[in-house]
Amino acid sequence: MFGLWNFDGGIHLPTHKAESSLAPMQVAELPKELIYPLMMRNGEKAKPLVSTGEQVRRGQSVVGADGWMNPPLHAATSGKVRGIEQRLWPHPSGLVGDCIVIDVDGDDESVEFQGTANYASIQPGELLDKIHAAGIVGLGGAAFPTAVKLNPQPYAIDTLLLNGAECEPYITCDDSLLRHFPHEVLGGAKLLMHILGVNRCLLAVGEDMPDAIIVLEKAQSEGEYGNIHIIPVPAIYPTGGEKQLIKVLTGREVPAHGIPAGIGVICQNVATAAAIHKAITTGEPLISRIVTITGRGVLHPQNLLARIGTPIAELVEHCGGYTDSVQRLIMGGPMMGFALPADDLPITKATNCILVAGQGEVIHDKQAMPCIRCGACATACPVSLLPQQLYWHARADKLDRLMEYHLPDCIECGCCDIVCPSHIPLVQYFRSAKSKVAAKERERLKADNARLRYEARQARKEREKLEKAESARRKKESLARATEIPKGMGKV
Amino acid sequence: MLTFVVLCVVFAFFGLILGYASIRFKVDGDPLADKIDALLPQTQCGQCLYPGCRPYAEAIANGKADINQCPPGGEEGVKALADLLGLEAKPLDPELGSEKPHRVAVIDEKKCIGCTLCIQACPVDAILGAQKLMHTVIASECTGCDLCLPPCPVDCIMMEAL
Amino acid sequence: MTPRHDRRFQYCHPSMKDYLLILVGTILVNNFVMVKFLGLCPFMGVSRKVETALGMGLATIFVLTLSSVSSYLVETHLLVPLGLEYLRIISFIVVIAVIVQFTEMLVYKTSPLLYQVLGIFLPLITTNCAVLGVALLNVQARHGLIESFLYGFGAAVGFALVLVLFAAVRERVDVADIPTPFKGNAIALITAGLISMAFMGFSGLVKG
Repeated sequence: MFGLWNFDGGIHLPTHKAESSLAPMQVAELPKELIYPLMMRNGEKAKPLVSTGEQVRRGQSVVGADGWMNPPLHAATSGKVRGIEQRLWPHPSGLVGDCIVIDVDGDDESVEFQGTANYASIQPGELLDKIHAAGIVGLGGAAFPTAVKLNPQPYAIDTLLLNGAECEPYITCDDSLLRHFPHEVLGGAKLLMHILGVNRCLLAVGEDMPDAIIVLEKAQSEGEYGNIHIIPVPAIYPTGGEKQLIKVLTGREVPAHGIPAGIGVICQNVATAAAIHKAITTGEPLISRIVTITGRGVLHPQNLLARIGTPIAELVEHCGGYTDSVQRLIMGGPMMGFALPADDLPITKATNCILVAGQGEVIHDKQAMPCIRCGACATACPVSLLPQQLYWHARADKLDRLMEYHLPDCIECGCCDIVCPSHIPLVQYFRSAKSKVAAKERERLKADNARLRYEARQARKEREKLEKAESARRKKESLARATEIPKGMGKV
Repeated sequence: MLTFVVLCVVFAFFGLILGYASIRFKVDGDPLADKIDALLPQTQCGQCLYPGCRPYAEAIANGKADINQCPPGGEEGVKALADLLGLEAKPLDPELGSEKPHRVAVIDEKKCIGCTLCIQACPVDAILGAQKLMHTVIASECTGCDLCLPPCPVDCIMMEAL
Repeated sequence: MTPRHDRRFQYCHPSMKDYLLILVGTILVNNFVMVKFLGLCPFMGVSRKVETALGMGLATIFVLTLSSVSSYLVETHLLVPLGLEYLRIISFIVVIAVIVQFTEMLVYKTSPLLYQVLGIFLPLITTNCAVLGVALLNVQARHGLIESFLYGFGAAVGFALVLVLFAAVRERVDVADIPTPFKGNAIALITAGLISMAFMGFSGLVKG
């Protein structure tokens, strides 16, 4: 029996998972169009590799890599590029930006894929190159470039964690993946252990997914997968958060300004592991993923194996369309998702769920009331922060006190938000405070830079003045010497 | 009489202690002005009526200047200075200007005559160019101080919001 | 017969228990700010930020302890032998002023920022009634050297303690939703009054 640790805080939430997990997983049919936002990780615009009218095939790169932090993006099926259009980006900011729009032709013609089942002989560095070229990012929701995460120099890694906890309500895509593709996940685990050079893998599965655990254990007995422990973890939100899961499974805490690699652990989502396995063994890049379409606003909630870039409207249509009680469209889960203004936005690599919320399902109209200083938020916080203090200081814009109370460590899970009896939108305050802190830091760097340039300029002017004075003096001296009456010439 | 003598001796002794202390605890430089300067936006624009950010910082450190004289720093800057010095935050002095959104200078290349007057005016050397050659502003280094606008003889520099 | 030589006022040598009582008495039971209401000016003036309050508290501990001992020494070895007790207040003030000047230079050397932030309140420690009060109360209570030291130290620690506590409370009060008529010093004084009431609860902790 594997002993588990606890983390402070966290809350029990009604899971609402049966709606989508009981329905069978389906493969979504090919969409009529694919949309790829030209949005890079740092907010800058990406450069497309294709132009209007070009014919693309499945697996062809449409946005090139821009360093290790921006892996390439591939077309999910074949079609013709309609153009680079200004469309809404699937981002909390709701900004409009350039997107590659592809008219799907339905042939699903693909480029040549080259995979290898015999990866044990390939160097980890080369495997990382392949993972980067396949455009693989973290599929748990944050979409961090996987090739960067799997290169944890100079830290030594001793444990691989696979995150199948899926603690957020409504989302069942990982559950679906584990039940339908257990060999991909276990194969991915084995591959990752080879890349990282570890011989221990802890695969966390949520306790509320018993079917997935049974299927995984059966699959493990059928194959040679090495030292993988399948461990059920409690269904407390946010056990699936990276730092919380590490604490629960290993008892180690990730330090405040550190990363898990610093304590010898690498954590990957189970879907990422499956995508890595697919990319290395078959050569197919990341072009599809399982997405949960759920909520009272959609007729038949279920999981769909969908192509990345598919407009949400088409996925909802596949699930029977909207019901009468539909109120809001959310990309992500009820805790960490964000609302969408329209349904012609595409799903991205990071989309794990489309929550079509019905009347009163996730949204409530309650007005925020004054803080009564009850402290329930501090009890619920999984990072052991003091949300109440952060709230008061965020309201008063006291950025130095916010940093003192560890604002950057907030994982924006929403536990404090849910338990607040006054319905104060705490996470909103923290997000805006974080952006203010970041803006101030940018300004400070800019000001320091300007000061250096100014001081350098002053120094240069001083130097020029001195040089001028020096050369003037020398000139005067030589002039004086030249007009001197030489000795011995006598009086004229 | 005795009182007078005793007091004189005692107070002289105290005076010696203080004199020794004032030499022993002498401080070089102006560390407070450094801390204040670190909070200023470094546009070196002179709107505070001092010839640069450092002189203004030193004036605040000596108590000669108020903390609300820097428009590019804005209300945020005044608040930061107030927090540092334990003073009350006050609104910006309206006579010295108002807080404007961050702007950079842009040279209209069709009109530029290559006189280098703006290059000499820029306090952070953000303008690239030489005599009779095209001048251009390095946007990432421009602090928006407006000092290049007056010297230009053909008025070809505009301030544009980012 | 002067009280000094009257056997009825014979001076018993103090024990460890007496020293402890002096400390507890000055820090909690008879706290100089909250119970005796001395030193209120720097208390209200420097309590807006915890860091400044801590700096002021430490400076006051340094000044008060030194001045308590120095004024005792001046009293016993200078004023009393020469019969100059009538110059007590003047000489105490001079002693305190010299020590404050010395402290000012020390503070400027160690932390010019603290020096600037404390501003006028640093030299105003000279006029802090708690400092002169300690010196005079030492004389009145006929404390010896160690007792004077502990009395001054305890008084200053009590002052610093309350100052830091009040600054912490005040920081939180300043960012809370205060009705406009109460903002600033008004709510601060009300808070100070409430803390004072809390400190009255310590009375009876030390008998006598």
